[in-house]
Amino acid sequence: MLALTSDIHTPLHNWRAGVKLGLLSIAIVTLYLLKSPVLLAGAAGLTALLYRSFGAKFAAQGLRMLKPLRFFLGFILLWQVILGDAATGFAIVLRLATAVSLANLVTLSTRLDDLIDLVIWLASPARFIGLSPKPLALSIALVVRFVPVLLERANHMADAFRARSTKRPTFYIILPLIVSVLEDADHVALALRARGGLDGAFNP
Amino acid sequence: MQTKENDLVMIALFAALVAVLGLLPAIPMPWGIPVTAQSLGVMLAGAVLGAKRGGLSMLLFIGLVALGLPLLAGGRGGLGVFVSPTAGFVVGFPVAAFVTGVVMQNLRIDAMVASGIASLIGGIVVLYVMGIGGFWMLTDKGLMASITIMATYIPGDLVKVVLTAIVVGALVKARPQSLLSRQ
Repeated sequence: MLALTSDIHTPLHNWRAGVKLGLLSIAIVTLYLLKSPVLLAGAAGLTALLYRSFGAKFAAQGLRMLKPLRFFLGFILLWQVILGDAATGFAIVLRLATAVSLANLVTLSTRLDDLIDLVIWLASPARFIGLSPKPLALSIALVVRFVPVLLERANHMADAFRARSTKRPTFYIILPLIVSVLEDADHVALALRARGGLDGAFNP
Repeated sequence: MQTKENDLVMIALFAALVAVLGLLPAIPMPWGIPVTAQSLGVMLAGAVLGAKRGGLSMLLFIGLVALGLPLLAGGRGGLGVFVSPTAGFVVGFPVAAFVTGVVMQNLRIDAMVASGIASLIGGIVVLYVMGIGGFWMLTDKGLMASITIMATYIPGDLVKVVLTAIVVGALVKARPQSLLSRQ
């Protein structure tokens, strides 16, 4: 399971996750307060420069993460131009692209472990009302572990389907997949209980 | 017997299931977000786990997306997702699963029929209201534009409602103890 953290090391990688998230929130609120397309173009330019300052390869990585947005943004712009309000169209597109790029910058430069630690730390005040961050940490670990297991199971189901049919295995495998993993879930829960359960010795 | 550990594992399992359903072969759409089985997972989480566990499970899922795991359809993930035009849909996952669960728990009719109705209300009506609302907020009232794009996903989602009903109907027969919404 690969996180989206970039392998290309940037100075931002050394910053604390909490600081980066705080700055990001301020930046995004500011972007939504700006209405002028000129100022927003400035913000977009600064963001592009920031990416570029970490190297061409890193900038290309950032651009790739924006790719799924291109049709959406194009469509919004076209729509506003047809409505006769091109300035608003440019403002929306620049604001969205900049906000997404800045948020992606935090994702690209922060390790998953650091973010999980931050979440646990943020959840720790809940201790005072009797909630433990333990189940949260455990459930994150469980999902990260379950995804490859489920994928492998889905591939087995698809192979078994292909062995018996000339059709492509699409939704046919969903039911057997679910029934078989529900069985697994019972075993995992039993194993957790056997090891002391949620009240036990597990310490994230 | 339903223990805390069972609950936790089921919540994590359905979060993982939604991730895996996003990886099954999909129908690509020109605007980048393919039609996948992902929202089937949201409907199933609500219909199988019930309101509270289903909602928590999807909350866990979008939490992991925010942490930067590429779990959304088309390998998307990270904080950028939550400020992109489709943020409303992602934020709507837990709400949709919760509402699906509420309907499922209160509709004391045949589980298969109930899950179809529940996922239609939760997985389509609620999810689209949230999705279109998010688009509207993030794009300064580009309401009609958003509805035009999103309407193309509705036929696929109707298929998922039928699939949810089929899966739940089969679960009642195969593993009734796993249908936590009816315990």
